[in-house]
Amino acid sequence: MLEILKQSNNPEICKPLAEAVKEKAKQFQNKFGRNPVFMEVCGSHTMALARSGVKQILKNDVQLISGPGCPVCVTDQKSIDEMIALAEGENRIICTFGDMMRVPGSEKSLLDSRIAGKDIRVHYSPVEAVKVAEENPDKEVIFLGIGFETTIPILALMVGEAEKLGISNISIWMTTKLVEPVLRYLLDSGGDHMDGFLLPGHVSIVLGEDSYRYLVEEYHMSGVITGFETAELLSGVYKLIELALTEQTALVNNHPSVVSKTGNLVIQQWFNKYLTTCDEAWRGIGIIPDSGMDLKPEYDRYNARKKFYIEVNEPRKSKCRCGEVIRGLISPMECPLFAKACYPMNPIGPCMVSTEGSCAAYYQYMRECF
Amino acid sequence: MCVGVPAKVVKKNEYSAVVDVMGSQTTVGTIFVPELEQGDYVIVHAGQAMSIVDEEYAKQSVEEWRKLVNARNSETVK
Repeated sequence: MLEILKQSNNPEICKPLAEAVKEKAKQFQNKFGRNPVFMEVCGSHTMALARSGVKQILKNDVQLISGPGCPVCVTDQKSIDEMIALAEGENRIICTFGDMMRVPGSEKSLLDSRIAGKDIRVHYSPVEAVKVAEENPDKEVIFLGIGFETTIPILALMVGEAEKLGISNISIWMTTKLVEPVLRYLLDSGGDHMDGFLLPGHVSIVLGEDSYRYLVEEYHMSGVITGFETAELLSGVYKLIELALTEQTALVNNHPSVVSKTGNLVIQQWFNKYLTTCDEAWRGIGIIPDSGMDLKPEYDRYNARKKFYIEVNEPRKSKCRCGEVIRGLISPMECPLFAKACYPMNPIGPCMVSTEGSCAAYYQYMRECF
Repeated sequence: MCVGVPAKVVKKNEYSAVVDVMGSQTTVGTIFVPELEQGDYVIVHAGQAMSIVDEEYAKQSVEEWRKLVNARNSETVK
């Protein structure tokens, strides 16, 4: 089995695959007089495409746009400020994913608060926060619950664990995002310059192939569910060009070894038990109705928004253009701050901080390409 | 946050499993994949096994890539 998985990065397969993609793109150019344009929805795709060199190799043949799939990058400035303000309270332990630590708020970051003495801890899994709460019964433990459909069930699992163990000094500050509403938003607001989507491999584990039917049926837009290894990415792009070239729209599951038609039904049951949809604010977009998930009212005791009163000022406008980057309107290098005022050691916006951020991917792997 | 890694299940417990990720062993939750068995490969995200990697489909993907590559090579030879 391991040998099969290793094939995904085998240069003997990947090099000719890349050539095959370029040839297919040339056919598209000959037919339509322009390069095909695809959006990679998932931030991990953005990083994997840059790290593997696929973006660089295809830069003259296929336009790959980064989409709104990095959970840190899509979190709006006010939400970031709220989470940092939350950490300022006394007798609290804030638990969070590592990516959040350096994201700049209007005044400071979580890392600044930790340096100033606040108890802010990085965890790989939200479930680890339950143990922290158990070990610190005299403190309130709050997990900063950001993420898409892949992470949301693990936030629900954290609540389930706390409930099972009867722990009451733990809660989640939920600011989660769903893929379908934001894709609909992009398509409803001028997404017709795209020829298709590279759909997220791991969100699709949860949702399943069938959940994207609306793309084809309502928007006549193709989507290919793709994994993260080089051959998977290249074959995903190849299939999208093939569809665009023949002017067909279809949904293709290019990651069938891990993504099923219906998704993970056990996880969907967890959603139904603990969660309900809610309006969410997206960076650079604003509020999209029913685009996030919150705990159901019967779990208010685990909902940090219900337990703690946090109010912050409206953030000041800045020159950071992360909002346009995540909508695929500009490339990171079109931002006036990119690699000048904003770089990984001094990030101005979240797209430069996150390990899935488009600006970070461009800074690390693609500055010399353009 | 979203990139999970394929991990091999070394030992299965009731709601957790010991998995091997590129030579390192760690314990992950398995509540979302109750059908998991020892020897399976799983995609792990934030400490939880989210999906079992299907060997047959993985093989088919590799075959498909090889076919595509071979078809291109034979066209080039012509």
